[in-house]
Amino acid sequence: MLKSVAVAGATALVKASPVQAREKKTAPSNAVGMLYDTTRCIGCRACVAACKEANGDPADTRTPGMEAYDAPPDLNDCTRTIVKQFNDGDQQSFVKMQCMHCVDPACAAACMLGALQKREFGVVTWEPDLCIGCRYCQVACPFNVPKFEWESATPRIVKCEMCSDRLAEGKEPACCEACPREAVIFGERAELLRIAHQRIKQHPDRYVPKVYGERELGGTQVLVLSHVSFDKIGLMHEDEESVPHLQQTIQHGIYKGFVAPAALYAVLGGVMVRNRLVNRTNGNGDSPADVMEATKKEARA
Amino acid sequence: MNASATPAGGKLWTGPYKLLAVMAGIAAVLLIWRFAAGLGATTAMNDGYPFGLWIAFDVVTGTALACGGYAVAILVYVLNKGRYHPLVRPAILTSALGYTIGGLSVLIDVGRPWLIYRVPIYFWRWNLDSALLEVALCITAYIFVLWIELSPALLERWTKSERPKLARFTSITHDFLEKTLIWVIALGLLLPTMHQSSLGSVMMLAGTKLHLLWHTASLPLLFLLGAVTMGYGVVVMESALASSAFKREPDTRMLSSLYSVAVGVTWIFVSIRILDLIARGRLGLMLTFDLYGTLFWLEIGLLMIPVVMYHAQPSMRSNLGFMFRAAFFMVAAGALYRFNTYLVAFNPGENWSYFPAVPEILVTLGLIAAEIMAYVYIVKRFPILGGRTAVAAAA
Amino acid sequence: MVLPLSEASLLSREQEHGRAMSRRNFVRICSLAAAAVGLPARAVAQMVDAIAAGKKPSVIWLSFQECTGCTETLLRPTAPALADLLLDLISLDYHEALMAPSGHLAEEARIRAMEEHAGRFILVTEGATPTKDGGIYCKIGGRTALSILTEAADMAGAIIAIGSCASFGGVPAAEPNPTGAKGTPQVLVGKPVVTIPGCPPNPYNFLGTVLQYATFGTLPELDSLGRPKFAYGRTIHEHCPRRAHFDAGRFAEKYGDEGHRSGWCLYELGCKGPQTYANCATQHFGEVVGAWPIGIGHPCFGCTEQSLAFRLPVHETIEIEEPTSPNAFPPIAAPQGTVSPWATGLAGLAVGGVAGAAYVASKKLEVVGTLSGEEPEALDESEES
Repeated sequence: MLKSVAVAGATALVKASPVQAREKKTAPSNAVGMLYDTTRCIGCRACVAACKEANGDPADTRTPGMEAYDAPPDLNDCTRTIVKQFNDGDQQSFVKMQCMHCVDPACAAACMLGALQKREFGVVTWEPDLCIGCRYCQVACPFNVPKFEWESATPRIVKCEMCSDRLAEGKEPACCEACPREAVIFGERAELLRIAHQRIKQHPDRYVPKVYGERELGGTQVLVLSHVSFDKIGLMHEDEESVPHLQQTIQHGIYKGFVAPAALYAVLGGVMVRNRLVNRTNGNGDSPADVMEATKKEARA
Repeated sequence: MNASATPAGGKLWTGPYKLLAVMAGIAAVLLIWRFAAGLGATTAMNDGYPFGLWIAFDVVTGTALACGGYAVAILVYVLNKGRYHPLVRPAILTSALGYTIGGLSVLIDVGRPWLIYRVPIYFWRWNLDSALLEVALCITAYIFVLWIELSPALLERWTKSERPKLARFTSITHDFLEKTLIWVIALGLLLPTMHQSSLGSVMMLAGTKLHLLWHTASLPLLFLLGAVTMGYGVVVMESALASSAFKREPDTRMLSSLYSVAVGVTWIFVSIRILDLIARGRLGLMLTFDLYGTLFWLEIGLLMIPVVMYHAQPSMRSNLGFMFRAAFFMVAAGALYRFNTYLVAFNPGENWSYFPAVPEILVTLGLIAAEIMAYVYIVKRFPILGGRTAVAAAA
Repeated sequence: MVLPLSEASLLSREQEHGRAMSRRNFVRICSLAAAAVGLPARAVAQMVDAIAAGKKPSVIWLSFQECTGCTETLLRPTAPALADLLLDLISLDYHEALMAPSGHLAEEARIRAMEEHAGRFILVTEGATPTKDGGIYCKIGGRTALSILTEAADMAGAIIAIGSCASFGGVPAAEPNPTGAKGTPQVLVGKPVVTIPGCPPNPYNFLGTVLQYATFGTLPELDSLGRPKFAYGRTIHEHCPRRAHFDAGRFAEKYGDEGHRSGWCLYELGCKGPQTYANCATQHFGEVVGAWPIGIGHPCFGCTEQSLAFRLPVHETIEIEEPTSPNAFPPIAAPQGTVSPWATGLAGLAVGGVAGAAYVASKKLEVVGTLSGEEPEALDESEES
């Protein structure tokens, strides 16, 4: 009886200890970002073409009936940015989609060996040498951004990496450079936030009064200004808590310092040693088999 | 030393065994294609549903089905209930095989398996935030632990061998293992506690993509309890089938007692599930009968059937067939819960669809067939099953 | 350049006043020619000065397996005086169709010009060169085209192959190529040859190249096949006025159908525009706007491309090598993923099979307990853990 309580107690302690909520992550001091303004976008897709060229991605001619065109229906294994269109008859908007480079990325929390990680400037990039293709990042991402090369025998994860190679050379991401109307611009996140808020202030009738990505899901480094409500253009998340927050709080609460597992192991080992001693004292053999025999004997008696 | 365990003997290549071999063979061929052509050619998984049948069933449900060893070990080694000891060996065997197949399923499912060795070895790259890393490391370790735990049973085949060197070697190893096994068993209790709960934590990261009836901070606890009930359920089913198939006397009292323990754990599971929903203020979802509401109640219903059976017909509690049915529902409920969490209640967007492809399903069936084949082979050739034969009992 | 009056009306006025051309017109036409090749404005002044100083490059024009279409294209402008003028910009020392002398006198004039301007003259080839059986299938003045070409190439300052036949073999080289016809670069292996493919090419492609060489002594930037990039740097598809119809998926399916009459894209009729590098879309022929194949409703047949012209059927559709976005956008959430009915059936069978087998097994097991002599008994409360 006592040992049941001991074990149950240890387990309960492990699971129910008052866990400190995990610290909220903030953007790095040199965080860069992109600001996309739907009111300036004309749907020319120069950004898509520039992105494909900069990354060496081929055209996607797999859409049935559209084999003569580069017509992906969504981001995919050869399309790192895409321009979609929202049109419900009343309102129309082009929407450029790509990785949001979250401040607290779910994909980075998921990735076992850190293939996906926030690296220089807070840009989330993918390292092929550390990826086993488990696709947990795809499960985790709230925007369904990371895409997988399903048709390859040596598949990669493909997503916008904000042209990190170009950033290292002091250049802008290819899409920002290509945009003829500066609908998507590159800069430091803090500066872009300032610009975005200024635009809303100067033209309050033009924009939905929110800079998407300022706080949503813990904040993203890609910010969006829109003239239609954000849920209509595929940016439905409003919660300010980042995706990893709950899981991390629980997991780190349980496993912090590996104390709980070690303690549980010690308790389990201790209980089993004690059982062995008890069995010997009772005159039974050491092993549970002997205990079983003894129990049967008692029952027959 | 388990004096009463003996090999079941008998012909290996029976008709059903050959059928299983054919299924396993089909899976083997399909797997060659899977590695040559990639996952897209052989499965229906896509960017919306990156976890498919192989993860949701083969890995997540399969390892839970393999928790018989864990569940029984808690009773026998922690709570010192020696009476369940004859169940240990077959349960450990099922666990060892089940986890091995689960590990194999991971190897089959990951897209870049040539780098998988880096997960346990590249410790300086470990992302300690990743729940899946925890699962992967624990399962890897646990597979070793299970085979070590099973090894005394395997070695016993040769401890009395006619070849003196072999007999000596296996005897010495066997005795060494028996002495130190306690620390291995402790590990075998710790590791499943960690990874079965972490399998629940994994899906917490799905955020709003996992329906609120399933997304909760209690996921680790629910997955752990689910694994325990499924473990007991599998042990009951397997003992009943093995007794019948290999002509051993079933210890219905022992199994009935196990059944009652499982019912207790099931009560705890259902209570937590419903209380958790109330605590989160999601009672309304329970009462919405869309696909998700219906699935929720199906889970609860399947879970409560063995409980109702237990309380409604106490006289049948030690009837083998009755227990088998009850255990089947228990296992089915646990499997459905995991399936729902990983696949059905996971919604990346209404525009995404997924249903496993034919090769995907055939590989799963073939892997199960291979596992059964290995189980039957080991049971027939190694001292795993206890209990007197029916003939001996009648004598 | 802003022109106060249309060029045609000005030139016709000149014709009325005789052949003498005003300096203004002369300069203007030089500008047109320079603009075609993308030479800067200052080049015009240089060009004018050079010509006024009487420095005209010598051009030796060799005609082999050809239809003379490439010559004709140079003489097809709407303004007759233009042809004369352009022939004044260069010194055409040998051209079988256009020169005054013939026979042995012509050949002697050729050799004299080649020797006098050795290392400096522009060698132009029109038509393919037969190489089979020692090249006997084309002979001029008793000599094979092959030997005339190799001799001239050794002495030339620059070599320009005009037209598809001279560029890569063209019509004479079409299957089964009985004469072993080859283009000039394929005969003069190792020598740099500027090619101006087309059937015929736009005259300005040739003239621009020659003018640049004549004025600056340099050749325009060439691609890997020796074609000047200012003319052959982009595909027809990239500059096609019907491109919007392609992007929107509006295709003519048959000659004379509604799409065809509406001027829709001719891709489905076999237009080779997407793989054909040429400037026909922007530089029309005969200086008449719309005077080019697609403009009059016939698909491009890829006359500048060796892999297309005289090889693929005119109405055979080709692959788009560099696909671009259509005139359509994906929705915010496009449906993706497939569900196979076979798989659904198989899964149903498997699940049903397992459930059925479990039920059958449970029924059998109900009896197992009794067979060994034990009655199904009530659970002993005292044994509960």
